[in-house]
Amino acid sequence: MEHIISVLVENKFGVLSRVANLFSGRGYNIETLSVAPTLDPSMSMMTIVTQGDDRIIEQIVKQLNKVIDVIKVVDLNEAEFVERETALIKIHTRQEDRAEALRIADIFRGKVVDSTPTTYTIEVTGDVRKVEACINLLQPLGIKELVRTGRVAIAREPVRQAVAQPRRILKEEK
Amino acid sequence: MKLTGAEIFVECLRREGVKTIFGLPGGVVLKIFDVLHQQKDIEVILTRHEAGAGHMAEGYAKATGKPGVALVTSGPGMTNVVTPLVDAYMDSVPIVVFTGQVPTHLIGNDAFQEADNVGISRPCTKYNFLVKDVNDLGQIIKEAFYIAMTGRPGPVLVDIPKDVAMNKGEFHYPDRVSIRGYSPTYEGNKWQIKQAVEAIHKARKPIIYVGGGAIFSNAHEELLELAELTQIPVDMTLMALGAFPGSHPLSLGMMGMHGSYASNMAVHFSDLVIAIGARFDDRVTGKVSEFCPEAKVLHIDIDPTSIRKNVHVDIPIVGDVKTVLRELIAMLKATPNGHSIEQRKPWWTQVNEWKAKHPLTYVQPPDALIKPQYVIDRLYQFTKDKDPIVSTDVGQHQMWAAQHFVLNKPRRWLTSGGLGTMGFGMPAALGAQAAFRDKLVLCIAGDGSFQMNMQEMATAVVNKLPVKVFILNNHFHGMVRQWQDLFYEGRYASSYLDTVPDFVKLAEAFNAVGLRAKKADEVDGVIKEALKADKPVIVDIEVDPYENCYPMIPAGGCNHEMILEDPPEMKRGEKPVPKVAGEDKDAVLTA
Repeated sequence: MEHIISVLVENKFGVLSRVANLFSGRGYNIETLSVAPTLDPSMSMMTIVTQGDDRIIEQIVKQLNKVIDVIKVVDLNEAEFVERETALIKIHTRQEDRAEALRIADIFRGKVVDSTPTTYTIEVTGDVRKVEACINLLQPLGIKELVRTGRVAIAREPVRQAVAQPRRILKEEK
Repeated sequence: MKLTGAEIFVECLRREGVKTIFGLPGGVVLKIFDVLHQQKDIEVILTRHEAGAGHMAEGYAKATGKPGVALVTSGPGMTNVVTPLVDAYMDSVPIVVFTGQVPTHLIGNDAFQEADNVGISRPCTKYNFLVKDVNDLGQIIKEAFYIAMTGRPGPVLVDIPKDVAMNKGEFHYPDRVSIRGYSPTYEGNKWQIKQAVEAIHKARKPIIYVGGGAIFSNAHEELLELAELTQIPVDMTLMALGAFPGSHPLSLGMMGMHGSYASNMAVHFSDLVIAIGARFDDRVTGKVSEFCPEAKVLHIDIDPTSIRKNVHVDIPIVGDVKTVLRELIAMLKATPNGHSIEQRKPWWTQVNEWKAKHPLTYVQPPDALIKPQYVIDRLYQFTKDKDPIVSTDVGQHQMWAAQHFVLNKPRRWLTSGGLGTMGFGMPAALGAQAAFRDKLVLCIAGDGSFQMNMQEMATAVVNKLPVKVFILNNHFHGMVRQWQDLFYEGRYASSYLDTVPDFVKLAEAFNAVGLRAKKADEVDGVIKEALKADKPVIVDIEVDPYENCYPMIPAGGCNHEMILEDPPEMKRGEKPVPKVAGEDKDAVLTA
């Protein structure tokens, strides 16, 4: 089963390699990986998408926790989460296809971020299924180049807390 | 106060209480060696190969429980120490290895003797550091020792570029460190320990399975108390020998591929496996899917990744073995259950039956070739009152030593378990001898293994480390030959080692003592003479080259399906003809 794992790490050289080594050394697969600094620039957040049964995922989480530069590991599949991915799709367009390309982009709320007489570059953001559906529809027009960010994901805030918070604020205001 | 990096290095080691380091200099670490040369608190033992330095640090650490320290140069110096690093990582040995590195401005330029030290060592260390600024050196060294010694111990590498060692910086050595991504769990979960107590009370056929973690955690007293309190038989892994007294009536000896019959049968038919500081290695479990099929598994380990890595665990307890056992014993005492011991009577009858049925034994006919087991047995008889430290290499001799050399105290047994590094024994013995100058240190080696690090005989002689090396010489890679007999129809592909070197002459060339025994009645004599010598000794013992080590669970086999003797269908290979007419030629040909 596919799992999305958030890994908070030290923002130091060599950390990506330690995490990547862990996966390659034990024969686990990384499907996508994205890394960027957090609000605190001394830390980075990695979002890793991987596959495995429960036993493998348990080992991956434990092994990640064992890496000294790893500060926190969360298997997002344990609760609700929101995921997003962005793709930049450069399509080769003949004159008669240009309107169709824009229509498809529009269906997926994509934006044209670059344009030449023979190409469009479309930016589309969404969950994986949306991004892939968009790519599939654009493919017959002729995709020249495609880059994807890999997925980022964040846990949904539990509903109970979300309701409780404003009340507390109200009290404080009084 | 401003100090050079090299001075900071020495001052840090002093504050860590390091007394001995093992090393070999080279261009980029000369400055550090130069500072070490001008002080007297830390002894530097010059090895003849960096692998020797790494294994000596391991031997030192295993025997003392303190971190072993090695210092080597960049490039080949570092790559030569990779094997000891992996060995220490597999067996959780706390060593700190300092490597030299080319100056920071040359890193990445393919400079002379440059290697990517942190890159190469990343998968084979618990953690590693590249020091880029001399001002960070003190903090990094403190963290290195802290990481090596806490949690599940392991090797740490610190890579020091030449300019960092030369430059002056502010000396800062913190009293303590905290690393936000690293906080090992020492206390076990109370609720889980309660579950463990219930399981132990309920169990009719329990077994304690102890691993090396019990030794690192200094839990031998607690272990003894637990076993005696509950009257549960104790199996030990290769790494755990000495954690529980081998001569104790509750001990079933070593388990696993070459473990005793009783220990493997007991674990297979048990209904509760109490795993303590062990990691369910494939050499212990055999076929994982059929490992103790009827048992609940209770697993105490400080490393959460060890739990449920190989086998299903019913009651996991993450924590320090000593701390958890104390808690467990206290709870067991608070909820006494006299019946449980009574209920286990039939289990003990069964275990004793297994013990009696196939004890570890051998036959030494007086006029035949020397049986290797006989040598170990005699060596044990002669030295057991001297409380020796025993190191081994890897192979048949290692398993025979594990079976027949009874150890009653922890930290007396130095062997390479996880990685199975041939060439480990000799330098590890030197590391232990350097820590305990007055103790008797024995190295039981094979002729194949010994040749992998025999250059360290020079280190032994020069540094007056009088280890006694007993080579069970069968002119073969014996374990390989055994597998070839059992599984490759006796085709001795690259396992015959011929008749060189002459180990007695070799010893003499090193200015050590060389002795030889060719007949069984000569064994006692050479042992006595070796023990008398105050110099390093090599004893070359011509043993039966075709003796096989049993019991044996074939790789991937089931724990209760042991081979106990040469199977009738086994096909012996043709006796190799020596290509060199050495002094020992006869012994091999007549075998």
